[in-house]
Parts: sequence; C-alpha cells; structure tokens
Amino acid sequence: MNKQFTPLEFEKSIYQIEDKIEELKKLSSETGINLDDQVKLLTNQAFEFKKQLYSSLTPSQKLQIARHAKRPTFLDYVSLITTDWMELHGDRAGTDDRAIIGGVAQIDGKSVMLIGTQKGRTTKENIEYNFGMPQPEGYRKALRLFYHADRFNLPIITLIDTPGAYPGIKAEQTGQGTAIAVNLREMAKLETPIVTVILGEGCSGGALGLAVSNRVYMFEHSLYTVISPEGCASILWRSADMANTAAESLKITSDDLLQMEIIDGIIKEPLGGAHYDWDFAATELKNTVLESIDQMSGMSGTAIKSDRHEKFRRMGVFVE
Amino acid sequence: MSLRDWFENRRNKQLNADLVESKISGDDLLKLWEKCYNCNTSIPQKELEQNMHVCPKCDYHFRIGARERIAQLLDEDSFEEINSNMLPSDPLDFVDTMRYKTRQIDARKKTNLNEAVVTGIGKISNWEVAVAVMDFAYMGGSMGSVVGEKITRLIEEGIKRKIPIIAITSSGGARMQESCLSLMQMAKTSCAVARANEQKILYITVLTEPTFGGVTASFGTLGDIIIAEQGARIGFAGRRVIEQTIRQKLPPDFQTAEYLLKYGHVDMVFHRSGLKNTLEKLIRIHSKVKQTANI
Repeated sequence: MNKQFTPLEFEKSIYQIEDKIEELKKLSSETGINLDDQVKLLTNQAFEFKKQLYSSLTPSQKLQIARHAKRPTFLDYVSLITTDWMELHGDRAGTDDRAIIGGVAQIDGKSVMLIGTQKGRTTKENIEYNFGMPQPEGYRKALRLFYHADRFNLPIITLIDTPGAYPGIKAEQTGQGTAIAVNLREMAKLETPIVTVILGEGCSGGALGLAVSNRVYMFEHSLYTVISPEGCASILWRSADMANTAAESLKITSDDLLQMEIIDGIIKEPLGGAHYDWDFAATELKNTVLESIDQMSGMSGTAIKSDRHEKFRRMGVFVE
Repeated sequence: MSLRDWFENRRNKQLNADLVESKISGDDLLKLWEKCYNCNTSIPQKELEQNMHVCPKCDYHFRIGARERIAQLLDEDSFEEINSNMLPSDPLDFVDTMRYKTRQIDARKKTNLNEAVVTGIGKISNWEVAVAVMDFAYMGGSMGSVVGEKITRLIEEGIKRKIPIIAITSSGGARMQESCLSLMQMAKTSCAVARANEQKILYITVLTEPTFGGVTASFGTLGDIIIAEQGARIGFAGRRVIEQTIRQKLPPDFQTAEYLLKYGHVDMVFHRSGLKNTLEKLIRIHSKVKQTANI
C-alpha cells in the first residue's frame, strides 16, 4: 500500500505491519541475511488482513473514507475518463454557482453531458466550491444543462459528492427548496438517459436534486442518506456526538441501499478506498456508466422516460 | 379597583356561575380556554373554533389538524377518503431515543390518524377536487413511504378523474426514521406532479405552518399556483441549522409566508377565512380556460 496518507484511526494497525515489512527489507539488504520468506509471509498476511478490514467497515469508518481529502472529485474523474471536456458556465440569470459544475465531453468517442457537485482540497478551493454545497442557482444551472442535453440527445451523467444543499439566508431568498423540487419534476420529463454515480457523500435533497435518474450507482465506500448523520443526531438525539450511532441507524452504505433496491449497483473501489488508486476507480466508473448508457441506447425517448418513472414509482415500504 | 378590573371580576363571576350550573370540572375548565402563542390572550375554545382557529385579537393562525381543515374547506359531507387504511412499516428497524414502532403507535393515539396525511375526493363549492391534507401532529407531518405513496396515488386519481388537485402541507420534512426511502418519496411525488403537468391538470399547493425540508423541496413548491397561509413559516433549511451555519441571528420575519411573497416564491398569501373562496375562484377561472380551449 502506498503510504502517502496519514492513516485513519482504523488503518493504524495496517500501517504498523507495513512499517515492519519495510524494516525487514531494510535489515535484509543491510545485513545480507535472506529474509524473503518472512517478508513474503508478512506481506500476504497484511493483504488478507486489509481485505478483511476494508470489507467489514462500519458506516462511520466508511464515512471517513467517503470524506477523505484525497478522494478523487468530480473534476478529477472528468479529466480521467473524458476527452474534449468543455465546461458550460452559468444559470443565465446572473450566477455561476461553482458547487455544481457541468459541461460536454466525450467518453470513448461517445458524446455526453456531465454534471456534478465539486469539492475542494485547499482552503481557497473549498471557498470557491463552497465545500460542495450548492446554492439554488447551481440547481438552476444544472436544469438548463439538462434541457440542453435533452434537445441534443446527449446522455446525462451526474456525479455526486455533497454534504447537502447550502443552508443560508440568500439560499432561502432565492428558493433552495423550489430549485430542488423543480429539478426532481423536470428530470422526470427528460427523454434522454440519465445515469448517476454517488462518488462520496450523497446527502439529502441536495444530492437527489441531480439524481432522479434511470440508473443510480454508488461507489463501494460512498454513502447516500436523507440527512447527514450529524444533522440526524442533533435532531433525533439532540446531540451531534451521536453521529456514529445515527450513521448506523440510517443505513447509508452502498450495501444497505442496494438491499433496499434504491440503487442499481455498486462500483468497486481499490483496496482502502478510491484515493489509493484513482485510475482504478476511474476505470470502474467509466465502464459502469458506459455499460448502462449502452443498455438504454435502443430505447425510445418515451420508453426512457417511463423507465425512470416506474423506477421511482415502486419506491417505499408500507402496509396495506 | 379600577373600572376595568371591576368588569373583569364581574365577567369571571358570571363565568364561574355558568360553570357551576353546567357542572364542569376544573380539568374541563382548562380545556375551555386556549392561550394565543403570539399575543398571550386567553381565548374561549368555542370562540376560537368559530373563528377557524385564528386569534380574534392578533390574527395569529393556530395550527389545525387535517380533519378540521377538511371540515373548513370542503362542502359539507362531500369528502370521501381514499387509502385511509395504509399504515407505516419499520423497514430499517429504526431506534433513536425511542423505537420508530412506538412513535407510530403514540402518534396514532394522539391524532387518531393512521398517518401524517389524509387524502380523498371532495367538493369545494360544488367543484370536484382531489385533496391531500397533512397533519403536523402526526410525527411532525413528516414524509415517509406512506405519505409519499398517498400523495402519489391522490395525484394519479386527480389525473384519472381530470379534476384539480390540491395539496395542503404542514410538515417538518422527510421522515428520518425511514432514511433514504423517505428521500425517494420526494422523487416519487415529484414524478407524479410531472405527469399532472403533462396532462394539464391544475395542481394547487397551500403551504401552512410549518412547511420545511423534503416537502418544500418536492411536491410542496411544485404547485401551478402556490398559496401560503398568513404567518406560516416555510423554508428549506430550518432556522436553527442556518443560524449555526452562518453564525448570525436571522431577522424575525425570515421564512414567513409574507417573506416568501416578497422574494417571489408564492403566488399569494391568504387569511384562513379567505382560503375556500380563493380556491373556488382559482378552480373556476382555470376550468373556463380549458372549456374555451376545447371549443
């Protein structure tokens, strides 16, 4: 494993084992004693241990991976999977919200519209992208681009990583609720295929506002939830300290969502999470997205629209 | 003793005499009066009821239940409820400080309702309408699978019958106890509104105290016409969340119906007493447009 990152709390034991392996290697080369067998054994054990650790993560551990500062963002994936990317700016009403970015590009020669929420890494970037929390103007920009894609038969790919829509004075004044609601309704009317991938955090209406899609996938360690675990804890338990408990109760992992039949599939991540191997994650993402667009390529606009409608019509569990 | 006190005394004596005569206990006495949250005036329950639960002194609109709203709005005996037996389940086995199952039972006892919305077909001044009324007393009017399904089916029924659809909201937002399933109800109900749009069926929403979160961000604000009830608080994010995020106090009129009108998010703000009349006019005007178009 490449050790460019500060280990997360639960990764510390792995890093310790790896340090040991390094020590052994060093010792071997310095003293000339053959320790290859020991190194091999330890390496194998470390690999098995990692495989087990990462496949049995708790929701709050996944949360740490999903929010990892080095996790690839929307624009990282755009540069890894597309050619001829051209960003299309602005809502045509006075604003270019930077938390939602959209544009046209080609993936393996196929023309598409890509729209996603963007997070930053540096303070400067975080301010520019508002920590991935869109204003109403961001949703309206996305809507303009949805209509554009619909007119030119461009499949729409939305990639989501947001803690939620921004809660602020101006956001309320310009209609955060309405902007999201209108996107939900208008996405339902589009006749071009829409594929969504949750990259990291998919929180609340802020995520759904770009995700009324024919196919919805989640990265293995991403999360999709009605409210952030912190928000849920402070409302239901009246204490933000209960966030880990809330994360468990809310059933927010990709496995949970697949079981609830809310998503269509899980995209595999490299061992340890997407940040350890961007190319691996990007290839998996590209293959999944292209395959599902391919599956819908023979469908008429009306069929695509009813496919999407039927998908959401089925959702809900109740007694009658 | 001032003249005013003397009158007050005399009134109280008279009231006490009435009470003794009707053999009303102390407990009942408390129930006979309601205190206005806004101006603190004590108002006799009966007077409040006659005034549609609006404070006669300061015009504060008390929150009312779904049944009472239906009684106020629809022609007498015209309402026929649909999907009344649909009950919530507990797909996530959710426990916070209390089991979700227990919360359901408590809410049912408290409100005498099976869920946070009542839906059905009724008449407003003889116009047939499909109407959904939310009830805040049932788990904060929150939207889980049942609310989403009942709203969706009501919209479908309105489309089938080609009659106007009216949704009267009062909700804290999506129901956290059903997590992502609740989130999906926002998509489901909005998809239903999309179909109503395509069939050119009039869809009116009436936002009442309070309407927030997932309901504001889905079918609540998708009305062809959006009416807000006077004084109602309506928004996406809650006041506390915003204050914590931006670390400043918000103006007192923030997120009120009047504030939303000022910023262009609702078509009109109405006093409760004018609501039925307003709806009747809107339905009539839009139905005429359709008739001339058909000729």
